[in-house]
Amino acid sequence: MTNEIKDSIKVRIRDLNLYYGNNHALHNINMDLHKNKITALIGPSGCGKSTFLRCLNRMNDLIRSVKVDGQVIIDEKNIYDKDVDEVAVRKRVGMVFQQPNPFPKSIYENVAYAPLKHGLIKKGHHCDDLVEKSLVQAGLWNEVKDKLKEPGTSLSGGQQQRLCIARTIAVQPDVILMDEPTSALDPISTEKIEALMLELKKKYTIIIVTHNMQQAGRIADYTAFFHLGDLIEYDETETIFINPSEKKTEDYITGRYG
Amino acid sequence: MTYFKSESSSVSKLSSSQKKIKTDNPFYDPSLQKRHAQARRFKFLTVASIIFAISFLVFFLGDMIVKGLPAFQQSYMLIDVTYNEKTVDSTRKAIDKKYRRIVSRSWLRDIPAMVEQDPSLMNTTQATWVLVNHQVDQYMKGHYYKIKNKYLNIVKEKQAVGELELRFNTIFFTHGDSKIPENSGIKSAIIGSILTLIVTMIIAFPLGVMTAVYLEEFAHDSYWTQLIEININNLAAIPSILFGLLGLAVFINLFGMPRSSPLVGGLTLALMTLPIIIVSARAALRSVPDSIRQAGYGLGLTKIQVVQDHVMPLAFPGIMTGSIIGLSQAMGETAPLIIIGMIAFIPDSPSSIFQAATVMPAQIFTWAGMPERAYIERTAAGIMVLLSILISLNALAIYLRKKFEVNW
Repeated sequence: MTNEIKDSIKVRIRDLNLYYGNNHALHNINMDLHKNKITALIGPSGCGKSTFLRCLNRMNDLIRSVKVDGQVIIDEKNIYDKDVDEVAVRKRVGMVFQQPNPFPKSIYENVAYAPLKHGLIKKGHHCDDLVEKSLVQAGLWNEVKDKLKEPGTSLSGGQQQRLCIARTIAVQPDVILMDEPTSALDPISTEKIEALMLELKKKYTIIIVTHNMQQAGRIADYTAFFHLGDLIEYDETETIFINPSEKKTEDYITGRYG
Repeated sequence: MTYFKSESSSVSKLSSSQKKIKTDNPFYDPSLQKRHAQARRFKFLTVASIIFAISFLVFFLGDMIVKGLPAFQQSYMLIDVTYNEKTVDSTRKAIDKKYRRIVSRSWLRDIPAMVEQDPSLMNTTQATWVLVNHQVDQYMKGHYYKIKNKYLNIVKEKQAVGELELRFNTIFFTHGDSKIPENSGIKSAIIGSILTLIVTMIIAFPLGVMTAVYLEEFAHDSYWTQLIEININNLAAIPSILFGLLGLAVFINLFGMPRSSPLVGGLTLALMTLPIIIVSARAALRSVPDSIRQAGYGLGLTKIQVVQDHVMPLAFPGIMTGSIIGLSQAMGETAPLIIIGMIAFIPDSPSSIFQAATVMPAQIFTWAGMPERAYIERTAAGIMVLLSILISLNALAIYLRKKFEVNW
């Protein structure tokens, strides 16, 4: 039983504190993220949910004033250990951003670039196969298979975001972080991305930051509510939405503030 | 004057008609007349200043072209030339005595070389189109000339029978500088400029781009980077002649590099061009949206992969434009090169960056100080050549910008 639980946990966060210079932005976060589930992070603007998300693949290392304390344990290894290279972490923990940000290259190169650089594949038909597989997984293959040489930026916003997802899964990560991936998209594109996420969770552990409560309700298995740098409540989505144990959570979800 | 009068009369007409409908026009505003007039005066001032500026440019270019165009033609005369051992030895004997003050000395000087090139000329006398000296040339072009009457009559006779004419001046493009005006050209200065600028670019482009990449992509904002930044901006404002002194002190005196050489000139100009390249490359890098970098890092790419393959392609057009602007500025620079001796008299084109050379603006400067009338037109023609090269460089910058601009 204990082993089963242990296996079902992908990421364990222990006593995580984050400082922007003197500003204490995340307070003592403890959390277990489940394997092959979608976990949604909700909360009002500035509550630290994006900052928290970026702790999970050490993207905050890019900002010099940031100091992180505590542990983020993925597969029994703390990614903040001294012998862990942040580049290797980001390969295992992929990220999709709020604004679709394809590289200024062709659709094919957008997907193939990182795997080639990581040495996962060599140029040639293996590479073609991986590009096709990734685009199929991202549900974009049928729309772009005839124009792989065209620039990634020639696609529509929703297609670009799916291209970014294809690019992320081409590196074969374990965990995919999504920072408000649909907030810049129209409802139809949003629907496609949500369906895609439900498909992807069979293979990957997904953590998504969202401002859209309905979206969290629709797709997330677990939901965490952040407020002013504190993790207020974290439970199965249904519990959070129907029967929250904290007053603050209830207020936020019912729209009394936020 | 009449313009203003008609304007004011129409204004008064308008106001009187508006006074009538004042009561039933809900949009009537008595202050509008004045405000519109103010706007019209302002517009008139802006247009006037543009016209003023353009007229300067037109005057300058027009003057250059009028003065410089004659230099692209040179006078030649058809006379008998005798080629034999004696005349090869003493070339002035190759032509009739009466032409000796008319034919160019430089042409006679070339007779041995001509015979060597074409041995069949030996021991023949042939009617040949011969380069005449600059005084006769100036006479042909209708400028001021100084020719003794005796010779002037010969010239007029020859002109009357069509044996004296203006032809395209190839010498200007195939010869270096000369103390004989009709024999002087801009070729060695062009080659000197090219060699100098090659050195400049080889040094300044990689150094400038690398510095910009470090400052934009790697350096964190600290006291030291701010200090570097301020100094780079200051460097761009230093009078260029000081760079010449620096080049003289460091490259020639300290390192013992050959003076007047394109190597030293190029290095000195590189110092001058560096800040321009750094500043423009930084601006180009800064204009690349951060989301591209985030995307790269999010995929687990290293810094060099992100910068080299994703940031640089987007910044490249801007970097190219900045570099070419820096290059054209370096091309027109004279002051620092005077100090390091690149104002030298260079008849033969330099064949390496270690030989003494001169550059186009320095050549123009030299010619501008010459007393002979023929050098005035060469000065203007030199400016025309320099300007056309600068304009083509700028056109190249625009072309590169358009070509490499990535749509995204």
